Amino acid sequence: MIAPQLERPSPASEYGARARRAPWRSLLFSATGSKGDTIFRAILFGVALLVLLLVASMVAAMASNSMLSIREFGFSFLLGRNWNPIKDDFGALPFIYGTVVSSLIALLIAVPLSLGIAIFLVEQAPARISRPVAFLVEMLAAIPSVVYGLWGIFVLAPFMREYIEPPLARVFGWLPLFQGTITGIGLFTGGVILAIMITPIISAVVRDVLAAVPVSQREAALALGATRWETTRVVLANAASGIAGAIILGLGRAIGETMAVTMVIGNRPQISASLFEPSYTIASVIANEFTEATGDLYLSALVEIGLILFLVTFIVNAVAKLLVWSVTRGTSGTARAA
Amino acid sequence: MEMSIAVERRREAEESLAEASASKIKIRALNFFYGRTQALYNIVMDIPERVVMAFIGPSGCGKSTLLRTLNRMNDTIHGTRVEGRVEIDGRDIYAPDTDVVELRRKVGMVFQKSNPFPKSIFDNVAYGLRINRLTESKAELQERVEEALTDAALWPEVKDRLKSSALGLSGGQQQRLCIARALAVKPEVLLMDEPASALDPIATQKIEELVVELKKQYTIVIVTHNMQQAARVSDRTAFFWLGKLIEVNTTERMFTNPDEKLTEDYITGRFG
Repeated sequence: MIAPQLERPSPASEYGARARRAPWRSLLFSATGSKGDTIFRAILFGVALLVLLLVASMVAAMASNSMLSIREFGFSFLLGRNWNPIKDDFGALPFIYGTVVSSLIALLIAVPLSLGIAIFLVEQAPARISRPVAFLVEMLAAIPSVVYGLWGIFVLAPFMREYIEPPLARVFGWLPLFQGTITGIGLFTGGVILAIMITPIISAVVRDVLAAVPVSQREAALALGATRWETTRVVLANAASGIAGAIILGLGRAIGETMAVTMVIGNRPQISASLFEPSYTIASVIANEFTEATGDLYLSALVEIGLILFLVTFIVNAVAKLLVWSVTRGTSGTARAA
Repeated sequence: MEMSIAVERRREAEESLAEASASKIKIRALNFFYGRTQALYNIVMDIPERVVMAFIGPSGCGKSTLLRTLNRMNDTIHGTRVEGRVEIDGRDIYAPDTDVVELRRKVGMVFQKSNPFPKSIFDNVAYGLRINRLTESKAELQERVEEALTDAALWPEVKDRLKSSALGLSGGQQQRLCIARALAVKPEVLLMDEPASALDPIATQKIEELVVELKKQYTIVIVTHNMQQAARVSDRTAFFWLGKLIEVNTTERMFTNPDEKLTEDYITGRFG
């Protein structure tokens, strides 16, 4: 997309030849020979190392605490459909299903919405409109999850029950997805609230990515007689991998989101074809059941579920960051300014 | 004495008449503003058909701004304002009923920095043809792409790798690709904004040869910082200074015996 650029020299490499010969030495010892500098660097290095240690210790702790469950159920834990603490029978599939499906619903709604918002803000709106709107959209991301949850229970769920789900059932009732009892609490509402929560993130990142596309690309299209829409398509093509990154970033947030979903999804570990039925997500079951988990195996199974969630979101986020970075690195600084 | 004045007057009148009728582009009393800053002052200029007109002058003198008023590219910059008239083929392009998309198809543009799309070489050249639906069959599309690449003197170098990415081409090739892309839609006017300023001497020479070749079919307006380049490729030259058009003349006259002292000072390198 954008021509590969050399990385900006890091401060460490600016210390010259000695730094290049002994990278580890240069991390700890300052080339200026000042004692204060050496101590300062050591402190910074230690702080940076702390983050790595933290992640490593989290993985280690979760792995060791879930060993019991891993030994007991093995791979079948992932495919088990039962969640029965009384009989010590644990399977993660209903939670994986609830997490995946609610996240997909969220993406289906949030992606077109976010793309529209970002395109409007970058390509269409004049600055005096785009700045306040962008600010408001980003403020949505700052609302605490539990507040979304309360709003979900008292506003969104009744709204879905009265105005959204009945017409869906009427029109698409021949699909198993839209059959079943309409309560307003269930997988569909969970997905919708997630969509609202990830829209600010996706649209903010897409906006940055679109803004990073060089003006020369827009001018090239316009000068050939492209309409605004055709020009926007050129911009989107330029930003494709970054947009993919933004979407995956939203997905990561949706997968890990706990509180708001817990409050509207119904919390029943079942796999139902109907989106109106209650469901359960990985994050929700951990939040709900951790305090009452009696018995080592029960606890261990919950930790194993947490481990799965951790690994999945870790990978999803890593991929997303790489994709976004591939577009915005040429304009770092401005791209993340927001 | 009387006789000679009459003859002189008639000759002048004939000349201006001939010029007016052949003018592809007429600029009348053009003022241009970036917000409150005025960038162009009362520009009056005629650009005849099938000539190369060069705009020269120091940085910030308004030559690129004027170039970009000719295809209304400045419209995309927030807070700009135009006063006056720009006529192309007798039609005011700033009239409210102007179809800007159609105008830009007719007035192609090549930018200072080559800006190929991150697509294949073929798709780059075909872009304008596709969005404007100018071809009726795949064969015709291929024909027009080949024609444009040939006109841009790029065909022999890329004919075996049309499907590969345009970003893999060298800087000079990318710029010629952008010229091919502009030519593919068969514009009538070609605007070039310092098209060779980022290129090495050999690539620059190729672009210059191309410009001379292209003027047989197109009216070309070229902005350049390089005075030798203006002297080599253009028929007429306009010199700008601080947003004002100081002098427009035949290139030969401009570089040998300009009318204005300021022009002479600039061309001989006494300032700027």
